[in-house]
Amino acid sequence: MIEGTTPLTIVPPLPVGELFETGFDWFKDTFDAAFDAIGDFINSVIDGFAELLQAPEPLVLAIVFALLAWLVRDWKLAVGSLVGMVVIIGMDMWDPAMETLALVVVATLFALVIGIPLGIWAARSPAVSRILKPVMDFMQTMPGFVWLVPVVILFGIGVAGAMVATVIFALPPAVRLTELGIRQVDSEVVEAGHAFGAGSRQILKDIQLPLALPTLMAGVNQVIMLALSMAVIAGLVGGGGLGNEVVSAISTLDLALGFDAGISVVILAIFLDRLTASIGSRRPGHGRLRELRDRFTRTPADRTPARVS
Amino acid sequence: MPAIEAHHLYKVFGRKGREGVRRLEAGADTDELKKAGLTPAVIDASFTVEEGEIFVVMGLSGSGKSTLIRMINGLHPPTAGHVELYGENITAATGKDLRRLRRERISMVFQHFALFPHRSVIDNAAYGLETQGVAKEERRRRAHEALELCGLTGWDEHLPSELSGGMQQRVGLARALAADTDILLMDEAFSALDPLIRRDMQDQLIELQQKLGKTILFITHDLNEAMRIGDRIAMMRNGRIVQVGTAEEILTDPANDYVAQFVADVDRTRVLTASSVMEPPAAVLGAEQGPRAAHKLMREHQLPAMFVTGRDRTLKGYVTEDEVGRHLDQKDITGLMKPVPDFARVTPDTSLADLFGPAAETPAIAVVDDAGRLNGVIPRITLLAALAAANESEVTTSSETETVLTPDIDEMKEAVRD
Repeated sequence: MIEGTTPLTIVPPLPVGELFETGFDWFKDTFDAAFDAIGDFINSVIDGFAELLQAPEPLVLAIVFALLAWLVRDWKLAVGSLVGMVVIIGMDMWDPAMETLALVVVATLFALVIGIPLGIWAARSPAVSRILKPVMDFMQTMPGFVWLVPVVILFGIGVAGAMVATVIFALPPAVRLTELGIRQVDSEVVEAGHAFGAGSRQILKDIQLPLALPTLMAGVNQVIMLALSMAVIAGLVGGGGLGNEVVSAISTLDLALGFDAGISVVILAIFLDRLTASIGSRRPGHGRLRELRDRFTRTPADRTPARVS
Repeated sequence: MPAIEAHHLYKVFGRKGREGVRRLEAGADTDELKKAGLTPAVIDASFTVEEGEIFVVMGLSGSGKSTLIRMINGLHPPTAGHVELYGENITAATGKDLRRLRRERISMVFQHFALFPHRSVIDNAAYGLETQGVAKEERRRRAHEALELCGLTGWDEHLPSELSGGMQQRVGLARALAADTDILLMDEAFSALDPLIRRDMQDQLIELQQKLGKTILFITHDLNEAMRIGDRIAMMRNGRIVQVGTAEEILTDPANDYVAQFVADVDRTRVLTASSVMEPPAAVLGAEQGPRAAHKLMREHQLPAMFVTGRDRTLKGYVTEDEVGRHLDQKDITGLMKPVPDFARVTPDTSLADLFGPAAETPAIAVVDDAGRLNGVIPRITLLAALAAANESEVTTSSETETVLTPDIDEMKEAVRD
């Protein structure tokens, strides 16, 4: 009788985790072959990209990165990037850094390819938005380490699992900020598109996406940052790159190695953040890329300043 | 064929909008529906806009006028009723047909301009042509023309954010004109502009309309604006159209107390015209009549002077009693006749405000139509009486003016003696 009134037994045991596992096992058994194929595909894409980044002389690639920074922003970022990259080379972290960069770039692309259409869909349909919102909350608030367990079971130890976990963790901002960006577009401007007989695809392409671009780019920036942090964590499951170095630094208590890897992550993070942030904040069509294009496509005669502002 | 025909349009917001329409048709009022969680925005609106007309829908905010205009081009589907543009039912049109109708028939100017901030001025103006599939060179040329027509040159390559409000709305207007549709919808198009610029734009719109002959449906909450630009005005209140008529009809014959109260503050002298206050001349002399007949007529009517017309009622001049009295022996009156000075002849659609100047110079103004025929006269005292009546927001009737005619004669005599 006393037992029956203790708080401990009022609530029956809930086997949430076990239920999840049972369902997951069935899932894995059914689609095992498919996951193997996907895993192989991801592995080859990331490995190929990493090898491509590692192929040239590190210093040459560092200069290319610096040029890229100058193109989208200014010479200050270019110099900063170059110094940062040289530091990574000096710490002998270049190869793992490029592996991580490859993982981050590919994971980001996957997250955007999945996330932006979902965000557009959510912006157009309140029902989809209502369903996606809790799913996104779930994906984002679940501790990153937890995602490592199912992906290892599905894909085994290696880069493929690491990338899938990274995509899951980095996806939500792509969806959320795309939806937000499109919803923020002035409804009267969208109405104007309709009033002049534009179809919904034209309105999306010519009005909503260009006007949502700054918010969308903020989403891309967030995705990259989350992908980078997750890519390091994914070193635990054989993600390779800087994550690997961090894991081995922990297991051997090697402070020097830990710092070298950590600083490399910070440098990569700052480089990627500044690069994408400046793409997003720029006024459309007013960048250095446009200037260069104008310079090379126009004849000298009409190279007169087209913009007075 | 009328450009726009609206047939019993209803818009009821809420889950069971159709049921709301049924209840409204059965005589339920707005408050009853609001209790049931429905918001009727437009109730049984029917009207016709003829080709080349400026039709103004006038109502305060919340009267449903913005919803109404959005049902005309299908941005809001009506809950019941339908709209025809040149006989084509736009309410029933979907997808491709709807887009075609919007491209070819109807364009729109928005209250807050709704320009595309990421496109240059000329690309904004060319937008309608872009959706019509016009080639780039051609659409830029036509957009440039439209911008010039709206008084905006030299800003083609700027972004809208670099322009002032009035200029931005010119871009909005140019965008609608460049699309070259028959019908122009203007949703509070000038409400966000400064009063001076607003007046300027109103004048320009009237000018453009005369030049291009567009059919314009204009929405406003400003009665003076409605009176200024509207050929006809629909007064809206709580979702219903309570009266449709010309500015003068609404002023002189308001359908109900609401409209009467609303128009009480209008400067009537700018809306009422000479034709609404003029009276038939008490006596008119034919040019072929002699001085004796003239003298007799003037004595009979106690007039110090009178207008002389030809057989076809064209105004020839005027004669005074003194002059005629001194030359009774002449055969013909033409020798005694003086021409009516220009300032004393006005057209029937001259506004009252423009009559005060002439009235100060002459005891009676001649109202002459385009063919030169005398339509009526406005003695100074009639003008004053009309003004007094207008300020009491009463309707000027002929009986009232007749009672005040007597002092007029003394005044006229004085004036002639001077």
